[in-house]
Amino acid sequence: MMPELGKYATVVLSSYAVSLGFLAVLVGLTLWRAARVKAALREIEARQGKVGDV
Amino acid sequence: MSLWEYANPRKFMETSARVLPWLWGMTVSCLLVGLVWGFFFTPDDYKQGSTVKIIYIHVPAAMMAINAWVMMLVASLIWIVRRHHVSALAAKAAAPVGMTFTLIALATGALWGQPMWGTWWEWDPRLTSFLILFLFYLGYIAFWEALDNPDTAADLTGVLCLVGSVFALLSRYAVNFWNQGLHQGASLSLDKQENVSDVYWFPLLVCIAGFVLLFVALVLARTRTEIRLRRIKALESRERLAE
Amino acid sequence: MGALLIRDLRLAIRAGGGFGLGLGFFLILCVLIPLGVGPEAGRLASIAPGILWVGALLACLLSLDRIFALDWDDGSLDLLATAPLPLEAVVAMKALAHWIVTGLPLVIAAPVLGVLLHLPGGAQGWLVVSLAVGTPALSMIGAFGAALTVGLRRGGLLLSLLVLPLYVPTLIFGAEIVRRGADGMAPATPLLLLAGITLGSVALLPFAAAAALRINLR
Repeated sequence: MMPELGKYATVVLSSYAVSLGFLAVLVGLTLWRAARVKAALREIEARQGKVGDV
Repeated sequence: MSLWEYANPRKFMETSARVLPWLWGMTVSCLLVGLVWGFFFTPDDYKQGSTVKIIYIHVPAAMMAINAWVMMLVASLIWIVRRHHVSALAAKAAAPVGMTFTLIALATGALWGQPMWGTWWEWDPRLTSFLILFLFYLGYIAFWEALDNPDTAADLTGVLCLVGSVFALLSRYAVNFWNQGLHQGASLSLDKQENVSDVYWFPLLVCIAGFVLLFVALVLARTRTEIRLRRIKALESRERLAE
Repeated sequence: MGALLIRDLRLAIRAGGGFGLGLGFFLILCVLIPLGVGPEAGRLASIAPGILWVGALLACLLSLDRIFALDWDDGSLDLLATAPLPLEAVVAMKALAHWIVTGLPLVIAAPVLGVLLHLPGGAQGWLVVSLAVGTPALSMIGAFGAALTVGLRRGGLLLSLLVLPLYVPTLIFGAEIVRRGADGMAPATPLLLLAGITLGSVALLPFAAAAALRINLR
């Protein structure tokens, strides 16, 4: 299944690994922060007795 | 019904909540198809060997790195002219995404340059411009972080983005003037002769679509977070007033 | 306008080190570089244009945060903003004062430092010309950066992060003029481009800087 990458295997694989790593970190941070902020907003809205829709 | 309706945060939140799952789904499927197609099912180039497969990440990331700045410029202009808060927050949300894409383009470029040009780094105009673009992103993000008052921050970063765009463009031409490069010409163009061959072209298109979708999805998600943060701030200050 | 310029100059002199500080920094840099890279004349001559231009850039950067900071702290900036004189003119005058205090001494001292760095004789004139044409742009861009960060308590480091990328085109063309002069090529093209940048900055950036000041004063 793995294609024959020849002598450039390290270069190709590491560039894919580095790029996907960066993207994974970016997406992960975005989603993690979104979830945290959403929870914080829920909490403060519940405390103030308001029904939030955002 | 017009585009400006989305300047209303509530409307924006409603619509983006509905759109986002689809967007994420399309992003993942485009990237999956494009990268798998490119990585497993394209032949090696006769000159560059298997390194040609890096193109599926390098070119879309580089394109979006520039487009992200253009989007920030447009969003800043909309904020300055029409005072829509969502627009300013979208510009703020896009900056780290654009910076990451710049970083990816630089990293893959260095890795690609090593076997092809025999060096990790070359002060080639395109590479240098990207490094400078990275510095612009860095300054922009640091400036947002440093300012407390949200409206002042939005205004000042908007002004910085406008002036920065002019100077970024100037730098691009200055750098061209300063050194002729090793970097090949455009990989994509309407001219058939200049274009990369079809075998690489179709998976590359899918990857570009995937990166565009990824950018939009990330910016929407991050803008939503920023809007919520604003709301938390407002509610907190109301709480403090009530005490 | 003239009164404002004279006031700023007087303040810079009285505050001490206005004229000397940037120049001293420039001199130290030109002493440190040979200590770092070695004393061979050929090597120094080849990097001299870049060193001198980077030095001018950094010397300029040192005093940027003082352009508006003093007036911001004691509230006279509010007065200037409400004065009949347009804020754009105030910004331009302050940039001019900054240039007279830091840029002009550099232009005058540059040939001496060029000799220290073994800059070829043919390039000396071009060094002075390029600095004379380019440093006003550095002051004007710097004034814009200072206007952006004036409200920040610890804006110094951020200011350099914001301003240095904006200096890239000026640096490239300025150093290119000197390099071409040293190699005996015609430096007219980069000189024209550098002049274009300076004129463009001086014409347009006061508006951007004044806008930034108004936002900060709100």
